[in-house]
Amino acid sequence: MADEKHDRPISAEHAAPVFGEKVLRIDNVVKRFGDNTVLDHISFDVRKHETVALLGASGSGKSTIMKCVNLLERVDDGQIWLGATDITDPRIDQDKVRARIGVVFQQFNLFSHMTVLNNVTLSARKVHKWPRDKAEEKAMGLLRRIGMERKAKEYPDRLSGGQQQRVAICRALMMEPELLLLDEITSALDPLLVGEVLEMVGELKHQGATILMATHEMGFAHDAADRIVLLRRGKVAENGSPEEVMDYPTDPETRRFFAAYNRV
Amino acid sequence: MPDIPVQQVSEVERERAGFRRKESMRSVATSIVSTIIFVALVVAVLKSSPGWPRVKESFFSAEYFALAWPQVVEGLLLNIRVLIVALAGVAVLGTSLALIRITTSAVMFPLRVVARFYTTIMRGIPMIVVLYLIGFGIPGLDLFGRIDKAVLGTVAVVMSYSAYIAEVLRAGFEDVHPSQRASARSLGLTTGQTMRLVIIPQALRKIAPALMNDFIAMQKDVGLISTLGAIDAVRAAQIVVAKTYNFTPYVVASVLFILMSVPFILLNDWYSAKLRKREQTGGMV
Repeated sequence: MADEKHDRPISAEHAAPVFGEKVLRIDNVVKRFGDNTVLDHISFDVRKHETVALLGASGSGKSTIMKCVNLLERVDDGQIWLGATDITDPRIDQDKVRARIGVVFQQFNLFSHMTVLNNVTLSARKVHKWPRDKAEEKAMGLLRRIGMERKAKEYPDRLSGGQQQRVAICRALMMEPELLLLDEITSALDPLLVGEVLEMVGELKHQGATILMATHEMGFAHDAADRIVLLRRGKVAENGSPEEVMDYPTDPETRRFFAAYNRV
Repeated sequence: MPDIPVQQVSEVERERAGFRRKESMRSVATSIVSTIIFVALVVAVLKSSPGWPRVKESFFSAEYFALAWPQVVEGLLLNIRVLIVALAGVAVLGTSLALIRITTSAVMFPLRVVARFYTTIMRGIPMIVVLYLIGFGIPGLDLFGRIDKAVLGTVAVVMSYSAYIAEVLRAGFEDVHPSQRASARSLGLTTGQTMRLVIIPQALRKIAPALMNDFIAMQKDVGLISTLGAIDAVRAAQIVVAKTYNFTPYVVASVLFILMSVPFILLNDWYSAKLRKREQTGGMV
C-alpha cells in the first residue's frame, strides 16, 4: 500500500475503507467573532474507527472547530452531532457530553498537583463514581500498555514532555470515549519527543479508536489519517483521502499549501 | 596530549577558581568590616547623645521588663485567640469574595458588583477606622445588646483582611493555565469540581508566599483591637505604662509579637525559596 501510493492515484472508493456509523457530524457550522466569520458553513463527519486529520494554516479555524466540538466555544449557526445528540443544543447537559469525548491539548494537560495515577483516575472517581481500586486497576492497565506503570506515583513535572502527553492520552482514554480529540498534541514538544507520542496515536488507531486530530505534522497526518480535512479561511477546502488531498491535489492553492510545508 | 585523565583540571580552570576564591574572600572581608563600622557608629551616636541614659531607662529597663512581662503575656493570649478565629473568618469570607469575583454567570452579577465594591472600599479604608466603625458603631445601634470588644475587634480584622486575601486569591485563580480548566471540564468535571479539585489547590501553591505574608501582617494588626479597649498584649502594656510612667512594657509587647511572627517569617522564606527553586528547574518540556 505505502509504496503504491506514489505510483498512481487511488480512487476515493478504494482509499476509504468501510467505517461504521457517524460518530461526529459537523453540519453547516458557523462561528463569528464580531464581524469576523471564523467558521463559514463547515461540514464534515468522523465515522467510527476513523482517524480524521484537520489541517490548515494558522487562523484557518482548526482550533476553533476543535473548541466547538469540545463545547469550549459556542456555535452560532449549524449543528454538531455526537452520535444521536445535538451537542449545540443549549438545553443538553454539557458535562455529560464532555465526559463522552476524550480530549488532549497542546500542553498543560496534566494537573501538576496530582500524581500520574490520580490524573488518570480522576474522571472515573469523581465523575463516574467508581471505587478507587477499580479505577486504579484500569488506569494501571493503561499505563502498563505504554510502559509507564513505574511512573504512576510520580508528579507530572518529573516526566518528559512526551511522557506527559502520553499520560494525558491515557487519561483521555480512561472512560472509553466515543471520540478522541487531539488538538496539536505535539506542537509544544521537543522534536525528539514527537515520535513516541505519534507512535502511541498510531497504535490507538489500529486498536479502532475514533480520532479527530488537529496537527501540523504533515507526514504523520499522511500516514496515519484515513481522511484529511483541509480548512482554509474558515471553509472546508479539501475533504478526502491523504492521497487525494496531499499527494495529488488538483486545487492550486492546496498544492501551494503542502508545497510550503515540504520546503520547511 | 592523548591520554587526559577525566578529572584533570586544566591550568585555565585552576586560574579561574583561584581568582574567584580571592574575589569572594575579599567581599566577605568587606562586609565584615562595614558591619563593624556601622554597629560602632550606631553605638557611638547613642552613647554620646546626652539623653541616652534616660531613653534607656524608659524603654529598655530590665526591672520594668520583668514587672510587665506576666500581664503582657496574658494579654497576648487574647491576641492569639483573636488571630485563630480571625484566620478562619478570613479564609471563609476571603475565598467567597474571590470566587464571586471570578464567576461569569449572569445570576451572580449583583453579587459580583457588591464584591468588587467591597474589596475596593475595604482596601482603601485605614484599618483603625474600620475598627472604630465596627467597635463603636455596632454597639451604638443598640440591636444586639452588649457585645465583647474582642469579638467586635475580630469582626473588624476579618472584614479588613478578607478584602486583601480575596484579591490575592483571585489573582492566584486567574493565574492557573487555561488548559488546566479546559482539561478538567473536558473530563466531565462540573464547574464546582473543577474549582475544588483543580484550580484552588494549584492556585494556593502559587500564592502561598503572598498569603503567608498577609498572615504575618495580620498577626501584628490584631494588636489594634486594643484601641477598642479589649485587654490584649498592647492594652495590657498600656495599662502598666499608665501606672509606672515607663515605656518598657511596649517593648515587652513588641518582643512578644516579634517572637510570634519569626517562625512564620522563616517558614515563608523557606517555602518561597523552595518554590523558586522548583520553578527554575522545572522548565522541562
